[in-house]
Amino acid sequence: METILEIKNFNFTYAGALEPSLKHIDLPIHTNKVTALIGPSGCGKSTLLRAMNRIHDIYPGHTYEGQILLWDQEAQKHNNILYLEKEDDMIALRQKVGMIFQKPTPFPMSIFDNVAYGLRLSGVKNHSELRDRVEVALRGAALWEEVRDRLKENGMGLSGGQQQRLCIARAVALKPSILLFDEPTSALDPKSTRAIEELIEELKQEISIVIVTHNMQQAVRISDYTGFMYLGDLVEYDTTENVFNLPKNELTKDYVMGRFG
Amino acid sequence: MQNRLKINKIILFLSTAAAVIGILFLLWILLTLIVKGVSTIHWSILTEDLINGGIRNLLIGQFVMAGVASVIGIPVGLMAGVYLREYGRNMKLVNFIRNLSDVMMSAPSIVIGVFVFALMVAPVNSFNGWAGSVALSIMMLPIIISTTDSMLSLVPNELREAGMAIGGSKHRIILDIVMKSAKVGITTGVLLAFARIIGETAPLIFTSANSAFLTFNLNDQFPSLTVAIYNLANYPDEASRNLAWSASFVLTVIVLSINLTGRFLTTHKKRN
Ligand SMILES: Nc1ncnc2c1ncn2[C@@H]1O[C@H](COP(=O)(O)OP(=O)(O)OP(=O)(O)O)[C@@H](O)[C@H]1O
Ligand SMILES: [Mg+2]
Repeated sequence: METILEIKNFNFTYAGALEPSLKHIDLPIHTNKVTALIGPSGCGKSTLLRAMNRIHDIYPGHTYEGQILLWDQEAQKHNNILYLEKEDDMIALRQKVGMIFQKPTPFPMSIFDNVAYGLRLSGVKNHSELRDRVEVALRGAALWEEVRDRLKENGMGLSGGQQQRLCIARAVALKPSILLFDEPTSALDPKSTRAIEELIEELKQEISIVIVTHNMQQAVRISDYTGFMYLGDLVEYDTTENVFNLPKNELTKDYVMGRFG
Repeated sequence: MQNRLKINKIILFLSTAAAVIGILFLLWILLTLIVKGVSTIHWSILTEDLINGGIRNLLIGQFVMAGVASVIGIPVGLMAGVYLREYGRNMKLVNFIRNLSDVMMSAPSIVIGVFVFALMVAPVNSFNGWAGSVALSIMMLPIIISTTDSMLSLVPNELREAGMAIGGSKHRIILDIVMKSAKVGITTGVLLAFARIIGETAPLIFTSANSAFLTFNLNDQFPSLTVAIYNLANYPDEASRNLAWSASFVLTVIVLSINLTGRFLTTHKKRN
């Protein structure tokens, strides 16, 4: 399938807000590509990203309108995830659509259990299968060599960059079809940032990726498509090359040239 | 300028004096307790029951009632705290419960004793260990509720979101991740609540009363160390008063060690 996710005429209003924070968003997420979302602070990037796995629903009272269509490989069709209501369906959605946050969020448990936790939740019980899949995930997140001898140590004892890769391993272990990154490197040093960027290049062989970033160079380096958002609108969406070299909209041009933001 | 400096000095002097006086009284109490306690204590009091001039049954009774109180108070308190922080959607109700719990925290313990008396002693016309345990569990509740509530509030929301984002249900994430992050703080709260009730007298005087014999029958009057101290201290004979001193000494050692463990846990947590 060419698009793993299709966002159509999507509006989002936070609980108690008078105005929608997202207005008429139309955005395709291409399969096995990296899509970057850029735009000034407060324009709605996180809000849009957090709609894609419906993590917003942890807090009650928000309003979704429109469609977010997720490709269902088994049924060979797109399903509107905004129709989901039951907790089980939400859980299944979040296993398919993983999320990495700005601040690394290791769980208060061992490195091994950090990765195994989601697997156990998804029903993997067999210990040797768990071990194998934890190792594959840690290798996939380029962390295995650094932690193979200390799997029993607490995950909170790792460095910030390692913690972030642990969170990626945790998400990757569930074999998601999409990974959502919300400014995953803004709390990291340049070396860890490079490691994460290389990792994203690797991951996109198997996983479609959406990344919110404030770092224009990062968007250029790793993304195939870019969406520029402004005040709740998706102002421009195109291949990353076009958005940065031939922006159609004046606002986009000003933003990518660093004139505001 | 001159004036302000002067006021500063006066306030410094007054508060230092107040602290010194406070500490002096505390040391005086402790010292008396140690001197009297050590001079009157004898190993045999730990192996004999009150009827034979010992405190064995009293110690056991006190711990049995505190244990039963914990079995009731800890789960209820934990669940209430979790409800307040994690589930309560109706902010009016949540704040009402929080205020109620704060009021209960400062309610005089004798009032709780009288309340449980009316509820569980008067109807059956007999002091009983269950009533004592319930009164103690009511004393535990507000401490456990408010520490659980505030310790959970220190767990960053990102952690809850991250848990849900890898496909956890709300209750699993709360149990496995949020509670675990707040484990040390919550445990400290539970310990403090236990230390509070193990040394309580007022809620027990009208509920369990006391018994001179070793018993595990909670339907009956129940042995209590604190009530026994209260009674013994009022007896005219030397032997009873001596026993009251040594019992007080033992009680203080127990309460102090529980408190110190709680403190140790908190500082240990800070270092990590
Ligand atoms: N929980 C909330 N309730 C109400 N309004 C919110 C909430 N979270 C965000 N908003 C509003 O929604 C708009 C979009 O916020 P969002 O966090 O998506 O921006 P962003 O593009 O991710 O910004 P940043 O680059 O600073 O992370 C902002 O105007 C913000 O004030
Ligand atoms: Mg954001």
